[in-house]
Amino acid sequence: MRVLDVAEEFEKNPRQNLLNNYVVATLFFEPSTRTRLSFESAVSYMGGKIIGFSDTSSTSVQKGESLRDTIKTVANYSDVIVMRHPKEGAARFASEVSKVPIINAGDGANQHPTQCLLDLYSIRKTQCTLDGLNIAFVGDLKYGRTVHSLTQAMCQFKSTFHLVSPPELKLPSSVKMTIKEKKLEYIQYTELDEVIPKVDILYMTRIQKERFADPMEYEKIKNSYILKNDMLHKTKSNLKILHPLPRVNEIDEDVDDNKRAYYFQQALNGVYVRQALLTLILGLK
Amino acid sequence: MTTIKELKVSAIENGTVIDHIPSKNVFQVIKILHLEDAADMVLFGTNLESKKYGKKGIVKASNKTFKKHEINKIGLVAPNATLITIKDFQVKTKEVVKLPDTIEDIVKCFNPNCISNHEKMKTKFYVIDKEEVRLRCHYCEKITDKKNLIIR
Repeated sequence: MRVLDVAEEFEKNPRQNLLNNYVVATLFFEPSTRTRLSFESAVSYMGGKIIGFSDTSSTSVQKGESLRDTIKTVANYSDVIVMRHPKEGAARFASEVSKVPIINAGDGANQHPTQCLLDLYSIRKTQCTLDGLNIAFVGDLKYGRTVHSLTQAMCQFKSTFHLVSPPELKLPSSVKMTIKEKKLEYIQYTELDEVIPKVDILYMTRIQKERFADPMEYEKIKNSYILKNDMLHKTKSNLKILHPLPRVNEIDEDVDDNKRAYYFQQALNGVYVRQALLTLILGLK
Repeated sequence: MTTIKELKVSAIENGTVIDHIPSKNVFQVIKILHLEDAADMVLFGTNLESKKYGKKGIVKASNKTFKKHEINKIGLVAPNATLITIKDFQVKTKEVVKLPDTIEDIVKCFNPNCISNHEKMKTKFYVIDKEEVRLRCHYCEKITDKKNLIIR
């Protein structure tokens, strides 16, 4: 909650020179646009310097350098390391070998905690609370790590979960177990329409091509759930549509001007949350 | 009867006997306890008769004692094993193996995308179910259960 409160301060005043003389390393072993740019934007707004890479093609990783060695080396050149890695648990391992703090910007299909924080920030901001909300997750609930992280987080706030996905992409049982352990309710759907009037947050996700070993499987289900403006006539007045982005076609562009669409503001909130996280980790707030 | 059974795998003068091991897991117990490298005599038997379990395995390690946290690791593959310390051919202590709360550097994470399968590093698991042997990976957070258990 402290992160969200500090993020609120940054939203009011994002340009604060708090990272003057600090070096932040952004190590992206796997491609990313929003996460990397919003971290770099957060650092730049606060006057910090950025080193790092956005893919591994020009680095020693290509020569077979271990993650341990890369992290130990970069920790000598920076005050904090932001990393995304395709292997699950990579950030936790890095935090054990690094002398500077590590921020996990995504580890394989496991966690994406800063996305989760910005989602929480966006939900709290639009609903004025995090407690007792009805939240629908739509699309790829199996591989979508943002869904896994946010479900775990929202379990702390007594949410009711509406899970809309094709049978092949249902929420993993381990995540459903977390909901059950908290004695909360989840309802599984295969149709999107029936869930829209019931919820406060409609969290859309992309069916991720890169998670499919078989391209035929992807082609079969990629158009399963497409949200269009004319589906939004009967909704709660407080409904907001979230999406971690990038979208492909799961939200039609005609939704963008609907007052319920919040995904671009959500992406902007990522900058404030990451500013908050960086300054808190470095003991500057 | 007891004497005959003992003779099938000779008695040891001093050391440790691990009894009631599932027959098929005897070699895994030997591996977990690094008994391949033992300096003194190690005896083992498989498919021995057991009143309780039908068939069982047994390992006897001469002049060898184990620390509790060390021996408890075999609970992964032999949850009902009995640990007997022997002195001068006599039973000195007898206790049942208990799986510890954490398991380090023995089990391979079953998730092929876990960092522990790609770096030279120790694995670490939290035992979330001691009865059913379910382990949560400290790194990738995925659960490795009995049917996916591989000893590194």
